[in-house]
Amino acid sequence: MDHVFLYSAVFISLLMLVSLYRTAAGPTTLDRLMGANAMGTKTTVLILFLGTAFGRLEMFVDIALAYAMLNFISVLAASRYVLKRGLADRP
Amino acid sequence: MHNPDSGQGGVIFKVFDDVSVERRRQPRPPRPKTARAASVLVRFFSLFAVWLVLSGMFDAFHMTLGAVSCLGVTLFSLRLLPPRADAPFPFRLVFRLPLYGLWLTWEIVKANFWVLYLVFHPRMMEKINPRLITFKSRLTSRGALTVFANSITLTPGTITVSVNERGHFLVHAIDGKSAEGLPGEMEQKIADTFGE
Amino acid sequence: MDIVMYVLLGLGLLFFTGGTLGLIRLPDVYSRLHMAGKIDTMGSISLIAALFLHEIETFDMAHLLVGLKILLVLFFQFLASPTACHAMVNACLRAGLAPWVKDGQRSDP
Repeated sequence: MDHVFLYSAVFISLLMLVSLYRTAAGPTTLDRLMGANAMGTKTTVLILFLGTAFGRLEMFVDIALAYAMLNFISVLAASRYVLKRGLADRP
Repeated sequence: MHNPDSGQGGVIFKVFDDVSVERRRQPRPPRPKTARAASVLVRFFSLFAVWLVLSGMFDAFHMTLGAVSCLGVTLFSLRLLPPRADAPFPFRLVFRLPLYGLWLTWEIVKANFWVLYLVFHPRMMEKINPRLITFKSRLTSRGALTVFANSITLTPGTITVSVNERGHFLVHAIDGKSAEGLPGEMEQKIADTFGE
Repeated sequence: MDIVMYVLLGLGLLFFTGGTLGLIRLPDVYSRLHMAGKIDTMGSISLIAALFLHEIETFDMAHLLVGLKILLVLFFQFLASPTACHAMVNACLRAGLAPWVKDGQRSDP
Protein backbone atom coordinates (compact mmCIF):
# COMPACT_ATOMS: atom_id res chain seq x y z
CA MET A 1 0.00 0.00 0.00
CA ASP A 2 2.66 2.47 1.00
CA HIS A 3 4.79 1.35 -1.92
CA VAL A 4 2.39 3.09 -4.29
CA PHE A 5 3.27 6.41 -2.71
CA LEU A 6 6.98 5.54 -2.67
CA TYR A 7 7.04 4.80 -6.41
CA SER A 8 5.03 7.95 -7.07
CA ALA A 9 7.63 9.90 -5.09
CA VAL A 10 10.42 8.44 -7.24
CA PHE A 11 8.51 9.39 -10.39
CA ILE A 12 7.93 12.93 -9.11
CA SER A 13 11.63 13.37 -8.38
CA LEU A 14 12.41 12.29 -11.97
CA LEU A 15 9.98 14.96 -13.18
CA MET A 16 11.77 17.47 -10.95
CA LEU A 17 14.99 16.69 -12.79
CA VAL A 18 13.26 17.63 -16.05
CA SER A 19 12.01 20.87 -14.50
CA LEU A 20 15.57 21.54 -13.37
CA TYR A 21 16.55 21.66 -17.04
CA ARG A 22 14.24 24.64 -17.54
CA THR A 23 15.61 26.28 -14.42
CA ALA A 24 19.20 25.86 -15.58
CA ALA A 25 18.77 26.56 -19.29
CA GLY A 26 15.87 29.00 -19.43
CA PRO A 27 16.65 31.91 -21.72
CA THR A 28 15.36 34.61 -19.36
CA THR A 29 15.32 35.10 -15.60
CA LEU A 30 11.55 34.68 -15.51
CA ASP A 31 11.96 31.23 -17.08
CA ARG A 32 14.29 30.24 -14.26
CA LEU A 33 11.93 31.63 -11.65
CA MET A 34 9.07 29.68 -13.20
CA GLY A 35 11.08 26.47 -13.26
CA ALA A 36 11.92 26.95 -9.59
CA ASN A 37 8.24 27.52 -8.83
CA ALA A 38 7.26 24.33 -10.65
CA MET A 39 9.91 22.42 -8.69
CA GLY A 40 8.60 23.89 -5.45
CA THR A 41 5.07 22.74 -6.22
CA LYS A 42 6.36 19.24 -6.85
CA THR A 43 8.51 19.31 -3.70
CA THR A 44 5.47 20.00 -1.53
CA VAL A 45 3.82 16.82 -2.79
CA LEU A 46 7.12 14.93 -2.58
CA ILE A 47 7.54 15.80 1.12
CA LEU A 48 4.03 14.55 1.86
CA PHE A 49 4.62 11.27 0.00
CA LEU A 50 7.95 10.71 1.72
CA GLY A 51 6.17 11.22 5.02
CA THR A 52 3.88 8.33 4.10
CA ALA A 53 6.90 6.20 3.22
CA PHE A 54 8.59 6.95 6.56
CA GLY A 55 5.35 6.51 8.47
CA ARG A 56 5.68 9.91 10.16
CA LEU A 57 3.10 11.88 8.21
CA GLU A 58 2.05 14.01 11.19
CA MET A 59 5.55 15.51 11.26
CA PHE A 60 6.07 15.87 7.52
CA VAL A 61 2.75 17.61 6.91
CA ASP A 62 3.92 20.62 8.93
CA ILE A 63 7.12 20.75 6.89
CA ALA A 64 5.09 20.59 3.68
CA LEU A 65 2.84 23.44 4.79
CA ALA A 66 5.83 25.60 5.67
CA TYR A 67 7.49 24.72 2.36
CA ALA A 68 4.41 25.68 0.37
CA MET A 69 4.25 29.06 2.10
CA LEU A 70 7.99 29.62 1.62
CA ASN A 71 7.70 28.79 -2.08
CA PHE A 72 4.85 31.26 -2.50
CA ILE A 73 6.62 34.06 -0.64
CA SER A 74 9.89 33.55 -2.52
CA VAL A 75 8.13 33.67 -5.90
CA LEU A 76 6.36 36.87 -4.90
CA ALA A 77 9.59 38.47 -3.69
CA ALA A 78 11.55 37.53 -6.82
CA SER A 79 8.72 38.78 -9.05
CA ARG A 80 8.67 42.09 -7.22
CA TYR A 81 12.43 42.36 -7.64
CA VAL A 82 12.21 41.78 -11.39
CA LEU A 83 9.26 44.18 -11.57
CA LYS A 84 11.25 46.98 -9.93
CA ARG A 85 14.66 46.43 -11.46
CA GLY A 86 13.97 44.99 -14.90
CA LEU A 87 15.79 42.12 -16.55
CA ALA A 88 19.55 42.27 -16.95
CA ASP A 89 19.83 39.43 -19.45
CA ARG A 90 17.02 40.56 -21.71
CA PRO A 91 17.32 38.82 -25.09
CA MET B 1 -20.81 45.06 -2.01
CA HIS B 2 -24.47 45.66 -2.82
CA ASN B 3 -23.84 49.36 -2.94
CA PRO B 4 -20.93 50.07 -5.24
CA ASP B 5 -21.23 53.85 -4.99
CA SER B 6 -20.79 54.21 -1.26
CA GLY B 7 -17.26 54.84 -0.14
CA GLN B 8 -16.12 55.16 -3.74
CA GLY B 9 -17.27 58.67 -4.52
CA GLY B 10 -13.75 59.94 -5.04
CA VAL B 11 -11.70 60.87 -8.06
CA ILE B 12 -9.83 58.24 -10.07
CA PHE B 13 -6.24 59.12 -10.92
CA LYS B 14 -4.34 57.31 -13.63
CA VAL B 15 -0.88 56.16 -12.62
CA PHE B 16 0.08 53.70 -15.34
CA ASP B 17 -2.01 52.84 -18.34
CA ASP B 18 -3.68 50.02 -16.44
CA VAL B 19 -3.32 51.08 -12.82
CA SER B 20 -5.61 53.69 -11.39
CA VAL B 21 -5.76 55.02 -7.86
CA GLU B 22 -8.88 56.36 -6.28
CA ARG B 23 -8.63 59.30 -3.90
CA ARG B 24 -11.51 60.04 -1.60
CA ARG B 25 -12.83 63.56 -1.22
CA GLN B 26 -14.21 63.13 2.27
CA PRO B 27 -13.39 60.65 5.05
CA ARG B 28 -15.63 57.65 5.61
CA PRO B 29 -18.62 58.01 7.90
CA PRO B 30 -18.06 56.68 11.43
CA ARG B 31 -18.68 52.96 11.49
CA PRO B 32 -21.38 51.42 13.67
CA LYS B 33 -20.33 49.28 16.60
CA THR B 34 -22.24 46.17 15.60
CA ALA B 35 -20.50 45.67 12.25
CA ARG B 36 -17.14 46.02 13.99
CA ALA B 37 -18.06 43.52 16.69
CA ALA B 38 -19.34 41.01 14.13
CA SER B 39 -16.14 41.23 12.12
CA VAL B 40 -14.03 40.83 15.28
CA LEU B 41 -15.95 37.67 16.19
CA VAL B 42 -15.69 36.18 12.69
CA ARG B 43 -11.97 36.85 12.50
CA PHE B 44 -11.25 35.55 16.00
CA PHE B 45 -13.09 32.27 15.59
CA SER B 46 -11.70 31.49 12.15
CA LEU B 47 -8.18 32.17 13.42
CA PHE B 48 -8.83 30.01 16.47
CA ALA B 49 -10.05 27.13 14.30
CA VAL B 50 -6.82 27.29 12.31
CA TRP B 51 -4.86 27.32 15.59
CA LEU B 52 -6.67 24.21 16.84
CA VAL B 53 -5.99 22.31 13.61
CA LEU B 54 -2.35 23.31 13.50
CA SER B 55 -1.47 22.69 17.14
CA GLY B 56 -3.54 19.56 17.70
CA MET B 57 -3.35 19.81 21.50
CA PHE B 58 -6.55 20.35 23.41
CA ASP B 59 -5.35 20.96 26.99
CA ALA B 60 -6.03 24.21 28.84
CA PHE B 61 -2.52 25.65 28.58
CA HIS B 62 -2.22 25.44 24.80
CA MET B 63 -5.76 26.63 24.21
CA THR B 64 -5.13 29.67 26.42
CA LEU B 65 -1.99 30.46 24.44
CA GLY B 66 -4.00 30.14 21.24
CA ALA B 67 -6.79 32.39 22.47
CA VAL B 68 -4.33 35.09 23.54
CA SER B 69 -2.40 35.08 20.29
CA CYS B 70 -5.57 34.94 18.15
CA LEU B 71 -6.91 37.95 20.07
CA GLY B 72 -3.69 39.84 19.40
CA VAL B 73 -3.73 39.06 15.69
CA THR B 74 -7.40 40.06 15.47
CA LEU B 75 -6.72 43.43 17.11
CA PHE B 76 -3.75 44.07 14.81
CA SER B 77 -5.78 43.09 11.75
CA LEU B 78 -8.43 45.67 12.62
CA ARG B 79 -5.93 48.40 11.88
CA LEU B 80 -4.34 46.64 8.92
CA LEU B 81 -7.59 45.62 7.15
CA PRO B 82 -10.38 47.74 8.62
CA PRO B 83 -13.84 46.19 8.26
CA ARG B 84 -16.23 47.68 5.73
CA ALA B 85 -19.11 49.18 7.68
CA ASP B 86 -20.96 50.73 4.77
CA ALA B 87 -22.00 47.42 3.22
CA PRO B 88 -24.38 44.94 4.87
CA PHE B 89 -23.19 41.42 5.49
CA PRO B 90 -23.42 39.58 2.13
CA PHE B 91 -25.79 36.75 3.02
CA ARG B 92 -26.41 36.15 -0.67
CA LEU B 93 -22.75 35.25 -1.26
CA VAL B 94 -22.70 32.70 1.55
CA PHE B 95 -25.17 30.55 -0.35
CA ARG B 96 -24.32 31.44 -3.93
CA LEU B 97 -20.52 31.31 -3.81
CA PRO B 98 -20.21 27.54 -3.05
CA LEU B 99 -22.51 26.77 -5.98
CA TYR B 100 -20.37 28.93 -8.22
CA GLY B 101 -17.28 27.16 -6.83
CA LEU B 102 -18.66 23.77 -7.85
CA TRP B 103 -19.41 25.02 -11.37
CA LEU B 104 -15.93 26.58 -11.59
CA THR B 105 -14.29 23.32 -10.50
CA TRP B 106 -16.03 21.44 -13.29
CA GLU B 107 -14.95 24.08 -15.83
CA ILE B 108 -11.35 23.88 -14.55
CA VAL B 109 -11.29 20.09 -14.93
CA LYS B 110 -12.65 20.31 -18.50
CA ALA B 111 -10.15 22.99 -19.50
CA ASN B 112 -7.34 20.99 -17.87
CA PHE B 113 -8.01 18.01 -20.08
CA TRP B 114 -8.13 20.23 -23.16
CA VAL B 115 -4.73 21.80 -22.37
CA LEU B 116 -3.35 18.36 -21.53
CA TYR B 117 -4.46 17.14 -24.98
CA LEU B 118 -2.70 20.15 -26.54
CA VAL B 119 0.55 19.43 -24.71
CA PHE B 120 0.66 15.74 -25.55
CA HIS B 121 -0.23 16.35 -29.21
CA PRO B 122 2.77 15.60 -31.46
CA ARG B 123 2.17 18.64 -33.70
CA MET B 124 1.62 20.98 -30.78
CA MET B 125 3.23 24.00 -32.44
CA GLU B 126 0.51 24.02 -35.11
CA LYS B 127 -2.27 23.63 -32.60
CA ILE B 128 -1.42 26.40 -30.19
CA ASN B 129 -1.93 30.04 -31.02
CA PRO B 130 -0.95 32.30 -28.10
CA ARG B 131 -2.40 35.79 -28.11
CA LEU B 132 -3.29 38.71 -25.88
CA ILE B 133 -6.93 39.73 -25.91
CA THR B 134 -8.72 42.67 -24.31
CA PHE B 135 -12.35 43.05 -23.41
CA LYS B 136 -14.55 45.21 -21.21
CA SER B 137 -16.57 43.48 -18.54
CA ARG B 138 -19.94 44.75 -17.43
CA LEU B 139 -19.33 43.83 -13.78
CA THR B 140 -18.93 46.88 -11.55
CA SER B 141 -18.23 45.96 -7.92
CA ARG B 142 -14.69 45.25 -6.78
CA GLY B 143 -15.52 41.86 -5.31
CA ALA B 144 -17.11 40.62 -8.51
CA LEU B 145 -14.17 41.84 -10.59
CA THR B 146 -11.70 40.13 -8.26
CA VAL B 147 -13.57 36.84 -8.40
CA PHE B 148 -13.81 37.08 -12.17
CA ALA B 149 -10.10 37.79 -12.64
CA ASN B 150 -9.10 34.95 -10.33
CA SER B 151 -11.49 32.56 -12.07
CA ILE B 152 -9.92 33.42 -15.42
CA THR B 153 -6.48 32.79 -13.99
CA LEU B 154 -7.53 29.49 -12.42
CA THR B 155 -8.95 28.16 -15.67
CA PRO B 156 -6.13 26.62 -17.71
CA GLY B 157 -5.47 28.28 -21.05
CA THR B 158 -6.11 31.83 -19.90
CA ILE B 159 -4.20 34.14 -17.53
CA THR B 160 -5.41 37.57 -16.43
CA VAL B 161 -2.52 39.95 -17.02
CA SER B 162 -4.19 43.08 -15.70
CA VAL B 163 -7.57 44.43 -14.68
CA ASN B 164 -8.66 47.83 -13.46
CA GLU B 165 -11.65 49.14 -11.58
CA ARG B 166 -13.62 50.01 -14.70
CA GLY B 167 -13.55 46.39 -15.87
CA HIS B 168 -10.95 46.50 -18.65
CA PHE B 169 -9.33 43.07 -18.84
CA LEU B 170 -6.10 42.05 -20.54
CA VAL B 171 -5.91 38.28 -20.87
CA HIS B 172 -3.27 35.96 -22.30
CA ALA B 173 -4.80 32.92 -23.96
CA ILE B 174 -2.90 29.90 -25.22
CA ASP B 175 -5.13 28.98 -28.16
CA GLY B 176 -8.26 30.05 -29.99
CA LYS B 177 -10.64 27.71 -28.22
CA SER B 178 -9.66 29.08 -24.80
CA ALA B 179 -9.86 32.68 -26.01
CA GLU B 180 -13.28 32.59 -27.66
CA GLY B 181 -15.07 31.58 -24.47
CA LEU B 182 -14.38 34.95 -22.84
CA PRO B 183 -16.14 36.71 -21.17
CA GLY B 184 -19.26 34.70 -21.97
CA GLU B 185 -20.84 32.29 -19.55
CA MET B 186 -18.49 32.84 -16.64
CA GLU B 187 -19.32 36.56 -16.46
CA GLN B 188 -23.03 35.72 -16.51
CA LYS B 189 -22.62 33.28 -13.62
CA ILE B 190 -20.69 35.82 -11.55
CA ALA B 191 -23.28 38.51 -12.27
CA ASP B 192 -25.97 36.12 -11.01
CA THR B 193 -23.91 35.29 -7.93
CA PHE B 194 -23.28 38.89 -6.94
CA GLY B 195 -26.74 40.03 -7.95
CA GLU B 196 -25.73 42.58 -10.57
CA MET C 1 -12.57 4.51 -1.57
CA ASP C 2 -9.45 2.74 -2.80
CA ILE C 3 -10.47 3.01 -6.43
CA VAL C 4 -11.11 6.76 -6.11
CA MET C 5 -7.70 7.13 -4.49
CA TYR C 6 -5.91 5.28 -7.29
CA VAL C 7 -7.77 7.26 -9.97
CA LEU C 8 -6.78 10.54 -8.29
CA LEU C 9 -3.18 9.35 -7.95
CA GLY C 10 -2.97 8.41 -11.64
CA LEU C 11 -4.59 11.66 -12.72
CA GLY C 12 -2.20 13.70 -10.59
CA LEU C 13 0.85 11.95 -12.02
CA LEU C 14 -0.56 12.44 -15.54
CA PHE C 15 -1.03 16.16 -14.90
CA PHE C 16 2.49 16.47 -13.51
CA THR C 17 3.92 14.71 -16.55
CA GLY C 18 1.95 16.95 -18.91
CA GLY C 19 2.95 20.09 -17.04
CA THR C 20 6.64 19.19 -17.11
CA LEU C 21 6.45 18.23 -20.79
CA GLY C 22 4.81 21.56 -21.58
CA LEU C 23 7.46 23.38 -19.57
CA ILE C 24 10.03 21.92 -21.93
CA ARG C 25 8.16 22.05 -25.24
CA LEU C 26 6.30 25.37 -25.33
CA PRO C 27 7.91 28.32 -27.11
CA ASP C 28 7.82 31.33 -24.76
CA VAL C 29 7.53 32.52 -21.17
CA TYR C 30 3.81 33.29 -21.26
CA SER C 31 2.68 29.93 -22.58
CA ARG C 32 5.06 28.07 -20.26
CA LEU C 33 3.47 29.95 -17.39
CA HIS C 34 0.19 28.23 -18.21
CA MET C 35 1.92 24.94 -17.53
CA ALA C 36 3.86 25.88 -14.39
CA GLY C 37 1.00 27.81 -12.90
CA LYS C 38 -2.03 25.66 -13.48
CA ILE C 39 -1.53 22.17 -14.84
CA ASP C 40 0.98 21.57 -12.06
CA THR C 41 -1.40 22.99 -9.47
CA MET C 42 -4.16 20.70 -10.68
CA GLY C 43 -1.77 17.76 -10.43
CA SER C 44 -0.70 18.61 -6.91
CA ILE C 45 -4.31 19.09 -5.81
CA SER C 46 -5.22 15.64 -7.17
CA LEU C 47 -2.25 14.01 -5.46
CA ILE C 48 -2.90 15.71 -2.12
CA ALA C 49 -6.57 14.69 -2.32
CA ALA C 50 -5.47 11.09 -2.93
CA LEU C 51 -3.22 11.26 0.12
CA PHE C 52 -6.09 12.71 2.16
CA LEU C 53 -8.33 9.78 1.21
CA HIS C 54 -5.55 7.35 2.15
CA GLU C 55 -5.03 9.10 5.48
CA ILE C 56 -8.61 9.12 6.75
CA GLU C 57 -9.14 5.47 5.85
CA THR C 58 -8.43 4.52 9.46
CA PHE C 59 -10.73 6.95 11.16
CA ASP C 60 -9.72 8.35 14.56
CA MET C 61 -8.76 11.66 16.12
CA ALA C 62 -5.05 11.70 15.25
CA HIS C 63 -5.64 10.71 11.62
CA LEU C 64 -8.41 13.27 11.32
CA LEU C 65 -6.08 16.04 12.53
CA VAL C 66 -3.42 15.09 9.99
CA GLY C 67 -6.12 14.93 7.31
CA LEU C 68 -7.30 18.43 8.20
CA LYS C 69 -3.72 19.68 7.93
CA ILE C 70 -3.44 18.05 4.50
CA LEU C 71 -6.63 19.86 3.48
CA LEU C 72 -5.02 23.09 4.72
CA VAL C 73 -2.05 22.48 2.39
CA LEU C 74 -4.50 21.86 -0.47
CA PHE C 75 -6.45 25.03 0.24
CA PHE C 76 -3.26 27.04 0.43
CA GLN C 77 -2.08 25.71 -2.94
CA PHE C 78 -5.44 26.63 -4.44
CA LEU C 79 -5.16 30.15 -3.04
CA ALA C 80 -1.49 30.81 -3.73
CA SER C 81 -1.23 29.51 -7.28
CA PRO C 82 -3.19 32.25 -9.13
CA THR C 83 -1.47 34.94 -7.08
CA ALA C 84 2.02 33.67 -7.88
CA CYS C 85 1.01 33.19 -11.52
CA HIS C 86 -0.28 36.73 -11.72
CA ALA C 87 2.85 38.16 -10.08
CA MET C 88 5.05 36.38 -12.61
CA VAL C 89 3.02 37.37 -15.67
CA ASN C 90 2.96 40.97 -14.48
CA ALA C 91 6.73 40.94 -14.07
CA CYS C 92 7.10 39.46 -17.58
CA LEU C 93 4.99 42.18 -19.16
CA ARG C 94 6.62 45.05 -17.28
CA ALA C 95 10.06 43.69 -18.14
CA GLY C 96 9.08 44.09 -21.78
CA LEU C 97 9.21 40.49 -22.97
CA ALA C 98 7.26 40.21 -26.22
CA PRO C 99 4.77 37.33 -26.41
CA TRP C 100 5.51 34.68 -29.01
CA VAL C 101 2.95 34.59 -31.83
CA LYS C 102 2.51 32.43 -34.88
CA ASP C 103 4.02 33.50 -38.22
CA GLY C 104 1.94 36.01 -40.11
CA GLN C 105 0.17 37.36 -37.03
CA ARG C 106 1.00 40.08 -34.61
CA SER C 107 0.22 40.48 -30.97
CA ASP C 108 -2.79 42.69 -30.63
CA PRO C 109 -2.48 45.36 -27.91
